[in-house]
Amino acid sequence: MVDGELPKSKAEVDARFTELYRTHLRDVYSYSYYRVGNHHDAEDLTEQTFLQAYRHFERALREANGRPLRPWLIRIAHNLAANFYRDRSRKPESGIEDAGMISAPHTTESLVEGREQLKAILDGVQQLPDDRREALIMRFALGMDNREIARALGRTDGATKVLLHRAIRQLEGMVSEPVAVESGGSDE
Amino acid sequence: MSSGAADFEALLREALSPVEPPADMAQRLELTLVNLTELAQEELDAWELKAMRDPRNWVRPAAAAVVGVSAGTALVLLRVRARHRVRKQRSQNALDLAQRTLHDVGEEARRILPRRR
Repeated sequence: MVDGELPKSKAEVDARFTELYRTHLRDVYSYSYYRVGNHHDAEDLTEQTFLQAYRHFERALREANGRPLRPWLIRIAHNLAANFYRDRSRKPESGIEDAGMISAPHTTESLVEGREQLKAILDGVQQLPDDRREALIMRFALGMDNREIARALGRTDGATKVLLHRAIRQLEGMVSEPVAVESGGSDE
Repeated sequence: MSSGAADFEALLREALSPVEPPADMAQRLELTLVNLTELAQEELDAWELKAMRDPRNWVRPAAAAVVGVSAGTALVLLRVRARHRVRKQRSQNALDLAQRTLHDVGEEARRILPRRR
């Protein structure tokens, strides 16, 4: 079956979903992890995302019109994460429990300093307004381009470009000179 | 883009490196999805299941009994599921389909699990 062509049977739908799942499991998990800050909740969120995606997969295929489905998947995770905090009256955890770089082996002082800098960046990401934080996660953890991020966030390409630019500048300011972040408003 | 900005973006890319999902989570999720696709098989409704109960309910206990809750379960079910249409075409009736499915589960378990241990 050619990519973009609609599946003609239930078996083809299942095969396409399996392909989507295998291709994007790491994306959804990474996004979930950086949203909720720990592996346990990230697993929950990832499972819920794919279960919900499976329920609406056929419609999504029809409506995508051949476009990639990753933004749609991430949007599901995004909505579920919002519900996750609302239902459980939680806030994202202030620190990431152990991102890859934190558990990476190191041997020299410069590497330790580098790790501290990366940790400062991660802490800063967690303190950003929601929309800026999400845009950064999509760009840098998932490698999504502006158009994909725009689709996932339901914004225009131009607004997304501005959002990313502001998020990076704000974070750079926070890391170079740690201050309270109330001044950096959301781009809603 | 200035080199400072590029450097910061490189740091950001490093800090937000992709996170691999735990292996057992991938397997568990795959198994859940396989079960869901089995449940979604509405065509089975046409097989006059009332008389002999739903064979889908036979498969899971049988699969569990044969393969246990092992790392190979998802793979067994995936392979059994992949041949569902062939079995259905060859079956005379619902009982025959159920027997063929049980047979396939056993065969796949025997074929796959010893290699994985």
